[in-house]
Amino acid sequence: MRTAFIKTLESLAEKNKDIFLIVGDLGFGVTTNFAEKYPEQYLNSGIAEQNMTGVAAGLAMSGKTVLTYSIANFPTIRPLEQIRNDVCYHNANVKIVAVGGGFCYGALGPTHFATEDLAIMRALPNIVVLAPGDPWEAKAATEAMITYKGPVYLRLGRAGEPNVHKSPVNYQIGKSITVKEGNDITILCIGGTLYNSLQASEILERKGISVRLISMGSLKPLDTDAILKAAKETNNIFTVEEHSLIGGLGSAVSEIICESRIPVKLKKLGVTSEFPDRVGNQEWFLKKYKLDSDGIVETILQTLKNKQ
Amino acid sequence: MKITKNELQYLAHKLRLKVLKMINKAGSSHVGSAFSIAELLSVLYSEYLNISPENVKDDDRDRFIMSKGHAVAILYAILSEKKFFPEDWLETFYQNDTMLAGHATAKNIPGIELSTGSLGHGLSVGCGMAYAGKLDKKNYKVVVMLSDGECNEGSNWEAILFAAHHKLNNLIVIVDYNKIQSLGHTSDIMEIEPFADKWRMFNWNTIEVDGHNIDEIRSCFKQFDNEQKKPSVMIAHTVKGKGVSFMEDTVLWHYRTPKGEEYENAIKEINKLVNKI
Repeated sequence: MRTAFIKTLESLAEKNKDIFLIVGDLGFGVTTNFAEKYPEQYLNSGIAEQNMTGVAAGLAMSGKTVLTYSIANFPTIRPLEQIRNDVCYHNANVKIVAVGGGFCYGALGPTHFATEDLAIMRALPNIVVLAPGDPWEAKAATEAMITYKGPVYLRLGRAGEPNVHKSPVNYQIGKSITVKEGNDITILCIGGTLYNSLQASEILERKGISVRLISMGSLKPLDTDAILKAAKETNNIFTVEEHSLIGGLGSAVSEIICESRIPVKLKKLGVTSEFPDRVGNQEWFLKKYKLDSDGIVETILQTLKNKQ
Repeated sequence: MKITKNELQYLAHKLRLKVLKMINKAGSSHVGSAFSIAELLSVLYSEYLNISPENVKDDDRDRFIMSKGHAVAILYAILSEKKFFPEDWLETFYQNDTMLAGHATAKNIPGIELSTGSLGHGLSVGCGMAYAGKLDKKNYKVVVMLSDGECNEGSNWEAILFAAHHKLNNLIVIVDYNKIQSLGHTSDIMEIEPFADKWRMFNWNTIEVDGHNIDEIRSCFKQFDNEQKKPSVMIAHTVKGKGVSFMEDTVLWHYRTPKGEEYENAIKEINKLVNKI
């Protein structure tokens, strides 16, 4: 997703000279090419994320389409008040881009887990929150984000995730992408959990369960219509996210379903609110929190069994 | 036509009177923080900043950021004085269902460049504006007003490094060094001395002035205009509550609303100063 993002940005920056990328002294080997190709549209603002975000707001107020880029929580939680007051309050055209959503940097330890970012960003007024599911979605989300005027948070995974979609996708802010139709249950997933969710849905299909799989690449605004439709047409909804169970996709979907009065069963799959004692790579963490395909299948089957 | 020193001093006192009236009605305060910058705002808006109601949306206008947003009463006062919005708006300060919030609010208020209130934000945004000015080869300057207590915020020091590194000579900071912050004297709460030396060590063009002396403020700005390589900072030594004897240099008048006799006496004292001009 990281590669899709930067390649797309490079191609957009060729034509749109208002695009301005600020990095917080991170992005070795990622943003290097951009910096060499467009030195007038690039700035390394040093290891100082509060200032990076304030500077971005000032540039945006002067007509630029500004991106701040860093990893994990560094561009979001560290300068949170700058995002709230300088960017969101002023509706400044700033795009906050984080790579390493969830446990991408798992082995680096809990300081590098981005597992509350979606909840925190979603709570702010005026900001769009995007978390694409594969490189195709990342490309399309980058394009949509640049076209949109106003604050956006783009949560990316790492480099090298598999493509789930076979071709370019129709990605719109506020819209979901239905990957697979089905009638028994719906899996709503966000970000990099798309691949494991697809694998899980295929295993479930082989067990005779018809699965609708929807990639919720736009957390805010959220595709309420798709959620309500799924609530009416399938009996069970499962949300899958590489994020805390508090405040992310599962919470957002719960809010909509609770108020809809549609009788549908909901189960949230995600990360327990805790700082783990042991570390491992992303795969290890996904297994630990049952967010790998087998874990997703296990939770879904168990939930269906308990409800019978 | 060049504005005279006496006219600038008169305006400063007029702003103080307006602020007293606003704050009295609002039942709010930060009166001391507003009074300490009256002369500075008078000079800025009368002759230094290229900002007017006519050019307030032009790309080439100068930018003024009131990072010490709690002293906004006096900024609203001078903006109305300079016809950015009608004077009767001032009566709505702090009132329900109105726009003039107790901290600087840009939304729908002409002339306010940035909404502030949480300290330590204005300088970074000012850096961004100044950097954009360099990128776009514009001639505008960006002036950011900080308070001394605000310099406790680490974010400022990130911005101070940034501005010097990028040689933003189109960026000017004014520090209202009135020596009092929220709960006491700066020297007791968080010592910032040697203050001017800190800015010099961070590679800023640094000048200390008496922030109530019109001549010193004017000549400082003139010097800043000649600076080619560095951002500039005016460390303005001021007196909190300047102009009203019982408000001067007291923590109390960071918070207290002048009412009744206090209000009347404050007005009398300022009027006396006006008559002396």
